Amino acid sequence: MKITVDEEKCCGAGQCVLIAPEVFDQRDEDGIVVLLDAEPAAEHHGLVRESASVCPAAAIHLDEA
Amino acid sequence: MTTYPAAPDTSRTPGIPDFPAPRSSACPFAPSPELSALAEHGPVRRVRSWGDSTPWVVTGHAEQKVLLSDPRLSVDFANPGFPSPIDPRHSRAHGERPDLSFVGMDDPEHTRLRRMISGTFTIKRVEAMRPAVQRMTDRLVDEMLAGPNPADLVQALALPLPSLVISELLGVPYDDHEFFQTNSKTLVSAVATGEERGRAHKALGDYLDDLIGEKIAEPGDDLLSKLGRHVRDGELTRREAATMGVLLLLGGHETTANMISLGTLLLLQHPGQLAVVRDTDDPRVVVGAVEELLRYLSIVHLGRRRTALADIEIAGQTIGAGEGVILLGELANRDPLVFEDPDRLDITRNARQHQAFGGGTHHCIGQPLARLELQVLYPTLFRRIPTLRAEVPLEETRFKYDAVIYGLHELPVSW
Repeated sequence: MKITVDEEKCCGAGQCVLIAPEVFDQRDEDGIVVLLDAEPAAEHHGLVRESASVCPAAAIHLDEA
Repeated sequence: MTTYPAAPDTSRTPGIPDFPAPRSSACPFAPSPELSALAEHGPVRRVRSWGDSTPWVVTGHAEQKVLLSDPRLSVDFANPGFPSPIDPRHSRAHGERPDLSFVGMDDPEHTRLRRMISGTFTIKRVEAMRPAVQRMTDRLVDEMLAGPNPADLVQALALPLPSLVISELLGVPYDDHEFFQTNSKTLVSAVATGEERGRAHKALGDYLDDLIGEKIAEPGDDLLSKLGRHVRDGELTRREAATMGVLLLLGGHETTANMISLGTLLLLQHPGQLAVVRDTDDPRVVVGAVEELLRYLSIVHLGRRRTALADIEIAGQTIGAGEGVILLGELANRDPLVFEDPDRLDITRNARQHQAFGGGTHHCIGQPLARLELQVLYPTLFRRIPTLRAEVPLEETRFKYDAVIYGLHELPVSW
């Protein structure tokens, strides 16, 4: 799994930080997503998929090829 | 004699349903039955609104999610095709629409302004407010218990809690809380006249303008000080900063208040689920219950309104450039493709996909704070007042059927 995030689209809701805090964080100054781990271990994949699916701005893209 | 067919009376054309359509007083927690029926005939439909306007209504969850993130939809209500939330034939009676700062702007200006304050609403910073929100809630419950029984929960808890939280966030000095509360109460009052609301709006705007001046001279750790720094750096005028302050006050006040009163009443109707919220030691249970209440109640129920800036193909329909689009979150939140048995309240379900806070670039900026207030309030209320009950039967309870934000006029309770 490879994750990319779109900082322009991100609305800073922080849902990903709540769901998968080992993979996502937020910038202090404006709450925009910070990707901590672009290729997380398999144990995180379920939560990363949920983060991408609930992201209100559709700003998380997953490449699972 | 030649007879000419009369001009088609399109107001009665079958297949073009009327919008808006009210909720039914028989099912006050459900979306409008007419609109629910509309959703069964496809996720994107044309409707008739205020006589001769025919905007599109979107009811599907997936379609709304896509459109909320589509930059070809504009929120600017100055667009000629913008679907009016009030009947334009009577709109003069409602006066001018207030300046809602970046809520009424498109990107990139919207994001430029929004990101000046979005750092205040990170998960970490909002979580740090939890002890303060707990203290405010406990104090309000103390005051309610010390006062008359029965009491109106809207006045005792639902309205003051968000107002206290926002004044804390903005950095309003404690001595000014009474002024701030009184005016913010008028601003969202259903019984105040337009003139009274206008005066309260101006009084708060002037007050915040002055306060920002003070924060520029003596900055603190609050949101107005942050805005003050942007004013000092020439990125914002003081009035624009004050308007943002009023926007946060308005945006976070009546919405949260209505979730508090409606959610309390709904849980009182479901004592088994209320007991779970009251008795759990697991904060995740409360978090999940709040998400389900947000989904089920969907208080932003007159539609998120946009204008298409280009032709948009969606669900087999073409929304034409210049046409109005109304996204119905309360129907997205009852979409059976996403939520199993959507009309059943189930605080144990995973409701995270709900669109109660909208989506895309305009997703509610205050949502972590609203969630925090609700996560603190419901269990605190039911733990501290286990005998709490509604004083009025459901059929006599006054719901705000016509209001932009759904809710209760009052919630008389006793204990």
